[in-house]
Amino acid sequence: MYLPRLILRNALRHRLRTGLTVLGLAIAVLAFGLLRTVVDAWYAGADAASATHLVTRNAISLVFPLPLTHRERIRRVAGVRKVSYSNWFGGVYITERNFFPRFAVDAGTYLDLYPDYLLPAAERKAFLLDRRGAVVGRKLAQTYGWRLGQSIPLRGTIYPGSWEFVLRGIYDGRQPNTDEGIFLFHWDYLNETLRRNAPRRADQVGVFVLDLMHAEDAARVSGEIDALFKSSLAETLTETEKAFQLGFVSMIDTIVLAVQVVSLMVVVIVLFVMANTMGMAAGERLPEYATLKALGFRPGFLALLVLGESVLIALLGGLAGTALTLPAAAAFSAQTGTLFHGFAVSHTTMVLQLLIALGVGVLAGLPPCLRAARISIIAGLASLN
Amino acid sequence: MQEASEVPAVRMQQLRKSYHRGNQEVPVLNGIDLVIEAGAFVALVGPSGSGKSTLLNLIAGLDQPSGGDLEVFGQELSVLSEGALARWRASHVGFIFQFYNLLPVLNALENVELPLLLTGLSRRERREHALAALSMVGLSDRLTHYPSQLSGGQQQRVAIARAVVTDPLLLVADEPTGDLDRASAEEVLAMLEELNEALGKTIIMVTHDNRAAQRARRRIHLDKGELREGADGV
Ligand SMILES: Nc1ncnc2c1ncn2[C@@H]1O[C@H](COP(=O)(O)OP(=O)(O)O)[C@@H](O)[C@H]1O
Ligand SMILES: [Mg+2]
Repeated sequence: MYLPRLILRNALRHRLRTGLTVLGLAIAVLAFGLLRTVVDAWYAGADAASATHLVTRNAISLVFPLPLTHRERIRRVAGVRKVSYSNWFGGVYITERNFFPRFAVDAGTYLDLYPDYLLPAAERKAFLLDRRGAVVGRKLAQTYGWRLGQSIPLRGTIYPGSWEFVLRGIYDGRQPNTDEGIFLFHWDYLNETLRRNAPRRADQVGVFVLDLMHAEDAARVSGEIDALFKSSLAETLTETEKAFQLGFVSMIDTIVLAVQVVSLMVVVIVLFVMANTMGMAAGERLPEYATLKALGFRPGFLALLVLGESVLIALLGGLAGTALTLPAAAAFSAQTGTLFHGFAVSHTTMVLQLLIALGVGVLAGLPPCLRAARISIIAGLASLN
Repeated sequence: MQEASEVPAVRMQQLRKSYHRGNQEVPVLNGIDLVIEAGAFVALVGPSGSGKSTLLNLIAGLDQPSGGDLEVFGQELSVLSEGALARWRASHVGFIFQFYNLLPVLNALENVELPLLLTGLSRRERREHALAALSMVGLSDRLTHYPSQLSGGQQQRVAIARAVVTDPLLLVADEPTGDLDRASAEEVLAMLEELNEALGKTIIMVTHDNRAAQRARRRIHLDKGELREGADGV
């Protein structure tokens, strides 16, 4: 009807100014959405962690290993169902840019601990039988176009030398947030090679991963394990897998904080841009507002006229920015390869994006809206002369 | 009808208005007594800064006096709340400004329709009234033109249509020909005369243009906030 039409036409009066404002909002909302999605992706690993899994690592730091001999003593702690272990391999696949996590694992037990890695029985068998076999997630295999039976070379970093693996299995994630970007191979293969080339580094384990019979036992079992190795040469720190993942993530917590601060600043900046646009628009139209008031229109009508325009422009930008987030996230995900898993724009993020746009529209529209509603007819008409 | 014509359009006693500049009080109107009969066509003349616009704005209910009494068509304006005053203006007063004050984003028809939004008229009735008003000012062929596509004279005619579309008793015009060329000014003045004579509208027009003032049936001189009736009742 009349008011919406008037709002729309007012918004289109300075097409360049409105267009630039919409663009600015779209970019800010897009940036906010992408940054939030990056932060979400960092934490996705921890979210996927099982409640019955504990991780035992060296108490001093993750970079120090534990002796394999801890395994038997851990297994005997009441409430522990199964124990496996893994080493972070590091390494480079062709170039440094091709980042994905690579673990040397105690193959049989490890796959039992992660039933969310769906591996066909035949591939599992082929992997277990091949000392140099490897298993990777579906997403990783697709990224590099790997096929079963092909050999995959890695250049060692933590464990120097040229390593050659044969792809024996490709697993699918059972859950949407299961990490399909992991490369697993036999800890035994790593250990045998070390025995030959660097015997002092052999029989060392990065972390033990254990499965509990009951999730409620987590605190007690952690305490008992760490007490077991108290005052030994390799004291342990045991925590839930989730806490472990978060600790891993917390190394980059500062970066996450910076990302959040930046996205907040982007929103504040666009709020100023928007407030400037609306301030200019309302300033130019004071005589019109005074005329409308003289004709008998109430302050509420003028308030709606101004606020409506601000919210309209903001929502246009917000919708555009939110709509662009999906393709932008897909492109971003493709660029970063398997660095992130679970890189998906959440519904919460999209709702927040639109709410932010709405908030910017209301906040930026408020001062000129009050100005229009409160304008004195005489002063407003006089500003025309 | 009989009764209405006995109530004067405007009656003021000792009307005062002063503005504040800082904490200094600047008197503009110093106790004005004036009666304007219903159906009159009055020119309010006087030197610039003498308070003509101020007086007109008080009569039209755009501003409140600092003291004295003011009744317009029997209504004491100072007792009305802001909202009631706005409603009163919408139903009793038509406004004509020097710079037309049309909304640039609305075409001629929409501009004329604008005041009708405050009435209970249906969409179709609004359209009919606006079309009638525009045909009265001879602009039936410019309905979808925007103000920027019209000459000054045409814009002022749209403004006149907007002023009369609600059928108010009183028309106030502040320098309606101040921004127009001779020919357009003549057209506008002729239209005001017509509205006064044929439709009985009470018109109060502020002007410093002598020729425009001569078209009115009564002239009131204002000088430094004091009234001086001149060449009246001819
Ligand atoms: N809003 C205002 N604030 C302060 N002074 C004003 C205001 N409006 C008018 N005046 C003063 O009141 C006097 C009369 O103004 P006005 O009624 O506009 O005169 P006119 O219309 O006769 O030229 C002028 O001296 C003007 O400066
Ligand atoms: Mg004036």
